[in-house]
Amino acid sequence: MSDRLSVFKTYKLYVGGKFPRSESGRVYEVQDSKGKWLANAPLSSRKDARDAVVAARKAFGGWAGATAYNRGQILYRVAEMLEGRKGQFVHEVAHAEGLSKNKAAEVVDAAIDRWVWYAGWTDKIAQVVGGANPVAGPYFNLSTPEPTGVVTVVAPQDSSFLGLVSVIAPVIATGNTAVVIASEKSPLPALSLGEVLATSDLPGGVVNILSGKAAEMAPHLAAHQDVNAIDLTGATEGDLARELEIAAADNLKRVLRPRTEDFTESPGTDRMTAFLETKTVWHPTGSLGASGSSY
Amino acid sequence: MASAFEYAPAPESRAVVDIAPSYGLFIDGEFVEAADGKVFKTVSPATEEVLSEVAQAGAEDVDRAVKAARRAFEKWSALPGSERAKYLFRIARIIQERSRELAVLETLDNGKPIKETRDADLPLVAAHFFYYAGWADKLDHAGYGANPRPLGVAGQVIPWNFPLLMLAWKIAPALATGNTVVLKPAETTPLSALFFADICRQAGLPKGVVNILPGYGDTGAALVEHPDVNKVAFTGSTAVGKSIARSVAGTHKKVTLELGGKGANIVFDDAPIDQAVEGIVNGIFFNQGQVCCAGSRLLVQESIQDELLDSLKRRLNTLRLGDPLDKNTDIGAINSSEQLARITSLVEQGEAEGAERWTASCEIPSAGYWFAPTLFTNVTQAHTVARDEIFGPVLSVLTFRTPDEAVAKANNSQYGLSAGIWTEKGSRILAVAGKLRAGVVWANTFNKFDPTSPFGGYKESGFGREGGRHGLEAYLDV
Amino acid sequence: MPTTAPAALAFADVTASDSALRRFLHGLPGVDAVGLEARAASLGTRSIKTTSKAYAIDLAISMIDLTTLEGADTPGKVRALAAKAVRPDPTDRTTPTTAAVCVYPDMVATAKATLAGSGVKVASVATAFPAGRAALPVKLADTADAIAAGADEIDMVIDRGAFLSGRYLEVFEQIAAIKAECGDRARLKVIFETGELSTYDNIRRASWLGMMAGADFIKTSTGKVAVNATPANTLLMLEAVRDFRAQTGVQIGVKPAGGIRNTKEAIKFLVLVNETVGEDWLDNHWFRFGASSLLNDLLMQRQKLATGRYSGPDYVTVD
Repeated sequence: MSDRLSVFKTYKLYVGGKFPRSESGRVYEVQDSKGKWLANAPLSSRKDARDAVVAARKAFGGWAGATAYNRGQILYRVAEMLEGRKGQFVHEVAHAEGLSKNKAAEVVDAAIDRWVWYAGWTDKIAQVVGGANPVAGPYFNLSTPEPTGVVTVVAPQDSSFLGLVSVIAPVIATGNTAVVIASEKSPLPALSLGEVLATSDLPGGVVNILSGKAAEMAPHLAAHQDVNAIDLTGATEGDLARELEIAAADNLKRVLRPRTEDFTESPGTDRMTAFLETKTVWHPTGSLGASGSSY
Repeated sequence: MASAFEYAPAPESRAVVDIAPSYGLFIDGEFVEAADGKVFKTVSPATEEVLSEVAQAGAEDVDRAVKAARRAFEKWSALPGSERAKYLFRIARIIQERSRELAVLETLDNGKPIKETRDADLPLVAAHFFYYAGWADKLDHAGYGANPRPLGVAGQVIPWNFPLLMLAWKIAPALATGNTVVLKPAETTPLSALFFADICRQAGLPKGVVNILPGYGDTGAALVEHPDVNKVAFTGSTAVGKSIARSVAGTHKKVTLELGGKGANIVFDDAPIDQAVEGIVNGIFFNQGQVCCAGSRLLVQESIQDELLDSLKRRLNTLRLGDPLDKNTDIGAINSSEQLARITSLVEQGEAEGAERWTASCEIPSAGYWFAPTLFTNVTQAHTVARDEIFGPVLSVLTFRTPDEAVAKANNSQYGLSAGIWTEKGSRILAVAGKLRAGVVWANTFNKFDPTSPFGGYKESGFGREGGRHGLEAYLDV
Repeated sequence: MPTTAPAALAFADVTASDSALRRFLHGLPGVDAVGLEARAASLGTRSIKTTSKAYAIDLAISMIDLTTLEGADTPGKVRALAAKAVRPDPTDRTTPTTAAVCVYPDMVATAKATLAGSGVKVASVATAFPAGRAALPVKLADTADAIAAGADEIDMVIDRGAFLSGRYLEVFEQIAAIKAECGDRARLKVIFETGELSTYDNIRRASWLGMMAGADFIKTSTGKVAVNATPANTLLMLEAVRDFRAQTGVQIGVKPAGGIRNTKEAIKFLVLVNETVGEDWLDNHWFRFGASSLLNDLLMQRQKLATGRYSGPDYVTVD
């Protein structure tokens, strides 16, 4: 058995529900924490990023318009699919982050549980952050949260899987679509997650995963006029976050700045609310006409 | 409008307001001169009369004010919420008591009709303080976790279109949550903010909690960029909003921006037509159209276009333009010569691009800044007047054939602040409202505001919400 | 058969059957109650002072249908009312006369005699006022009786029961029949009793129904129910006559009645007229107030404007 030559996996991007190579034809070497070669990952270009935005925009209407229940079921399905492929992710996370198998298993368990947490949020967030406003006049007035649109996510550099899931799930739970730049040095769990998402009834384009250099792709995504928001969590390199925030001002993207974060802790709602708009609808009520005013 | 029934002039008395010949900056509870001694004049846009000379804050004054606010923050934020609430309730009540004075003042400095300052601005200002006063001791229950903390010093920059109301939208939630503020009113309308300083004095507000720094854009920039400001709140143009977003990049300053708009007011063939006409008029001619959420694009279903436009033009010819202090004036003065020049140039561009201009027949006073209610027909999405915010009494009329097309055209804008829907069909209202990318959707009404109702935009209309429970978030460390 | 009013010809198709009429009336634009009331309230904030107030007061006096519609009406009461209509303010001969006095049919002859030569019209309610609950022949006889006694104007009530149960054609035909009875001898005012129709959509439908059937005036109320003329329902009816003229060229009058008791309110109604339909209606041929106590308040305000002093009820006549 031991002399059987294993079959290597060709890691590919996940864009628009498909698994393309980088249009640039470039790859880069991904190593484990000890410097051992793991795989060649696509080195995505700005054109790949552009294609990902097109896919994410195309998917937005359907995903935002899906029922919250439906989105919850799909996010739960992601957890189910991950549970079945746990071994693969434990293996990848252990190599990527230099963790023991047990430690990596804990991380993967937490990531699966995170999908379950957000699956349950899809049809509750509107009740928590929206509601009727008692205006002083004959009007019905209701505020509801709505997804911001296409969100660029610069995924955490260190927490290649739990951190990744922790930043993607809140974005899509509420109906946004995402263009994700995976951890530059540890992109393999992210690329494998694409395979799970593709088999979880998640419509193509809702999540798009790019591997490569954040410093190369992110400026184009930050400046992209058809991107509505950007999560800078993984933009920790040098002055990158500030530069991206400046570029994002061109069309007033919503910006979530990098911050120190322990992904093993229970998340609050702020990663969801960071990419929600509040829409407030007014309508006259009037009276039934019994006395005074008629209808 | 020539009629047998002419209305005799019915001017509100100016005597209720006493404007001093000069005003200082309000820093640390006192009126002081600018460090460099600079002053500027504020004029009444209806007459070009100089109302007062106002100190102009420079970078040094900004620093002084921020330091005062920082000193005040420690005690103010440590006060029990119930005590902060009482200060805000006091302010709300004093505003109600002085509302006639403030309405006249605002009309003089801004040029908007007394009818609006009296019936809209001032009641909303008082209501806003009253609403947020009640939040000050209930923040634990606002949905932001237990004991949410204030941010610190808020730097706030407000526009000239609703000077005192925008001040209220900024200051009330900031103080309720325990922040202290430095606020810059617009250079053309500094007076009501300075009168507000006097209200703070009457209310016994601790010194330094509210600081008012009149000035121009450079004053605002110095305030926004001051390193000891923790929170930036801006209402104004999208261009300035973008520059603020750039200038705070890489800092920890929390930002909310309430910017421009090009609101679509969609009228379906089954609309309650007379009310729709009123809604269109209110949507674009309220405050001379100098409203970020104005319904400046009329999207009318093609099948009723002629009928609706006839009604609209007939109605526009009844609008009374003139002395803003006259209680019967519907359309007041444009706020400044600069704004008038901008409106004029965009309207000229509209004509040059082939849109058909129609202007209501009304006499324009000889002094002051005025623009008669105007609409453009034969407008397409490609026309500048259909895309750029004019911020004046100018309506662009476009047509659509189906609900899908209406939504697509309404959303085809870099802005996303407001929209209107007129139809008697309930399901259509809900379907269209759901698809519009706008922060406020008025169905069978327009331009309604309330302190409990969150307000703010999608896309380039800015981010963050003002008003309601949502409005607290901008001033809390959550 | 009734003679056909000119406007009716334009709507021959619409009024050919109950179902066609219902389709037409239900196809009229809806009314948003809050928006309508807000518009009426906003016009109510107009400030009418000095010369414009003097104009409005005289105009309002000249538009009054000075009304007494009591079971206790007597010839003496009606004579006193008629005398007041002719000379509202005995101390000031420049005061205009009212437009008409409005009485029950049996009081028409008395009113007519007192008003002879004054130019003040006699209006009579008819058609089993105020309930309208009688058979058509009775209503026609009631109308004929009033006209025979000299009525210049007939204020009929519609059958609200028929209207509310959707029998629009029946209401239409009754109005047309009364109109035929009036012929060119009397102008016809059609009272909807808006307080009983209850919804603004119904008021708009009733307005069109009445106008198509030949009404010369549409009138809000009898004054006998809880809700009578309001700025909002009058505004709505003004919009109806405006649209009707735009469509047919035929001008119809409007008469709010009941509940308008003081000058301030009356002027608000005149502002509604001025800004909704304009000066073509600012004349007692096209706009009336159905009122009684309003007149004295207008007279007191008129005295105040003339003298600069506030007047009191002892300085106007009680009739």
